[in-house]
Amino acid sequence: MTPSEPFLSSVLQDEHSEPPSAGRNHEEQGEQDQGRRTVVEMIGVCRTFPGTPEVHAVRDINLTISEGEYLSIVGPSGSGKSTLLHLLGLLDRPSVGTYLLDGVDVSELSDAKRSELRGERIGFVFQAFHLLQHRSVLENVELSMLYRRIPRRERTKRARDTLDRVGLKHRVEFSPQTLSGGERQRVAIARALAAEPSLLLADEPTGNLDSGNADAVLDVFDKLHGEGLTLAVITHDDDVSTRADRRVRIADGTLTDEVAS
Amino acid sequence: MRRAPLRRRLALRDLLGEALAGVAARPSRLALTTLGTVVGIAALVATMGLGQTASGQISGRFDATSAVRVVVEAGEREGTDGGVKITELPWDAADRVSRLAGVAAAGTFAQVAVEGAQVRGVPVSDPGGAVEHDVPVAAGSPGLFDAVNAVLSDGRFFDAGHDGRGDPVVVLGRYAAERLGVNRVDSQPSIFIGDRPFTVIGIIDSASHRSELLDAVVLPMGTADSLYGLDAPGALEIRTELGAAQLIGSQAALAVAPNDPELLNVDVPPAPGSLRDEVSTDVNVLFLALGGLALLVGGLGIANITLLSVMERISEIGLRRAVGATRRHIANQFVVESIVIGFLGGLIGAAAGVLATVGVSMARGWTPLLDPGLAAVAPFLGALIGLVAGTYPAWRASTIEPIAALRGG
Ligand SMILES: Nc1ncnc2c1ncn2[C@@H]1O[C@H](COP(=O)(O)OP(=O)(O)O)[C@@H](O)[C@H]1O
Ligand SMILES: [Mg+2]
Repeated sequence: MTPSEPFLSSVLQDEHSEPPSAGRNHEEQGEQDQGRRTVVEMIGVCRTFPGTPEVHAVRDINLTISEGEYLSIVGPSGSGKSTLLHLLGLLDRPSVGTYLLDGVDVSELSDAKRSELRGERIGFVFQAFHLLQHRSVLENVELSMLYRRIPRRERTKRARDTLDRVGLKHRVEFSPQTLSGGERQRVAIARALAAEPSLLLADEPTGNLDSGNADAVLDVFDKLHGEGLTLAVITHDDDVSTRADRRVRIADGTLTDEVAS
Repeated sequence: MRRAPLRRRLALRDLLGEALAGVAARPSRLALTTLGTVVGIAALVATMGLGQTASGQISGRFDATSAVRVVVEAGEREGTDGGVKITELPWDAADRVSRLAGVAAAGTFAQVAVEGAQVRGVPVSDPGGAVEHDVPVAAGSPGLFDAVNAVLSDGRFFDAGHDGRGDPVVVLGRYAAERLGVNRVDSQPSIFIGDRPFTVIGIIDSASHRSELLDAVVLPMGTADSLYGLDAPGALEIRTELGAAQLIGSQAALAVAPNDPELLNVDVPPAPGSLRDEVSTDVNVLFLALGGLALLVGGLGIANITLLSVMERISEIGLRRAVGATRRHIANQFVVESIVIGFLGGLIGAAAGVLATVGVSMARGWTPLLDPGLAAVAPFLGALIGLVAGTYPAWRASTIEPIAALRGG
């Protein structure tokens, strides 16, 4: 894999120039680009938090993610990664800019509509897993389909199938408290996948894991990528980011494309 | 495509399932949360149950015999000139009221002063060893026995003939008969008041009122008048038809003493309905106030602990929002959780209240009376309290921003 340091200076670009993969018009070009659809398109997105002084968590983000792409966003702590992920996942609204998800401008939608889109299109994997301690592994996975019009039986079936996919078939009735960190994160991945999202967003998914467990989780991502899932993984860890087929750097809220070798 | 749209509301089963799981996740917390409601509902059910039971006992005492008893006694009033006016009952008071519709039986009663004469069972005047008794002497008109539901163990009552002629006959109360050593009347035994002999014609076994008759030697009014110079009857006992007591009570004085009716004391049983209502209203108002207070405290308890639970479960809220829950879904979940808590509290409280009612009643020897509807309604009252108590915490939960809820946790 490519070490990132030597590339830093060479890939820094003037933010007003047109980078090769960001800011394209995907309405037409997406068709030509190996027939790939555009899942995410952010144009000039900023997010500021009120305060004295005002915090510019992310600035002027132009980002495109195509269907089936495995993107990593890498940057140091406090650089705005989580803010960007929240914006991508409709958990937060941009202060300025346009965000098209599956071609739909979502910035102006109502809260209920955004919740619906979020449940339908986006799967989340968090550093802290966010499993419900008092519910079984199966129930935790079913939860991602609870707010959708999916019959109960179907929810259970899909949850079981998905747990099978992440190699946790034998842990279905366990309590999350009895699982290792890596297993917990795979439960969280299964939960995100069961809802069949068009985009999987992961925020420091290996941040709480030792290297062995981290590798197991990253292997699952590789496998999902191989199956055609669109992935965006946020990390401060270069080793994690090198697994992706495209890397973007974020520093001080500003995004820069990095050309993979 | 396989996309399944959002559900605006969860199916009841899913909603209840989530709420129950949320509630059951912290059993000790649940116990604490329901405590207030349990105490409140239990207090309410028990107090209402005991109120009903108590008023049942009170009204139970106004049984059929009490509810038909009217007693008229001579009284005195201060006259307009400052002097005291006294009215005596006429000798024929019983006959006068008997004409009123609704009177089943009436008779007069008087205590007789026998001027120091002792009542004895045998005519011996042995100064040394004769057994002398302090047996009271009373007089009655023939209708008295029927009016007080007197029952004979032997013999007969005297009649208008004995009364009119002033015959020397007596009827003995059972205790008087025991003390005088009389147990049968078929041999026409005699007793003596001073030196005067009287033939015993009957022995009274029981009476529902005027139990003093059971201790006494009872003469006919006419006999008491002619032998001992009785001035007038002391009281008039009236037994009315069922339900006529109030009416007779209002008419008796006028019938007995048309000239000075207001000088008589008429004792009428309270209207049974009004009495029961008064007692139960008094009791229940107090008890309901206590129960209501406990419920208020219980509701505040639920609100407080649900709010605490919302704060503890912020990351769960964030996660639910992340998997597509709307604000409304979040609010509904917390409201339903607190309804479930209230319902459980109501259920346990109702059971505890019923147990308390039965326990206290048994200890007091009462018959427990409890409206079963009350016990059935109690859990729903608990649920209602849960609904009200959960509204504010649920609203708070729904306003939590997902990014705030997911940060750090
Ligand atoms: N809600 C907020 N209010 C104020 N400042 C915030 C808020 N969220 C994030 N920030 C600030 O925005 C910057 C980026 O934060 P974040 O996106 O969490 O960084 P990262 O995930 O890369 O560590 C930080 O300086 C952080 O303090
Ligand atoms: Mg972060």
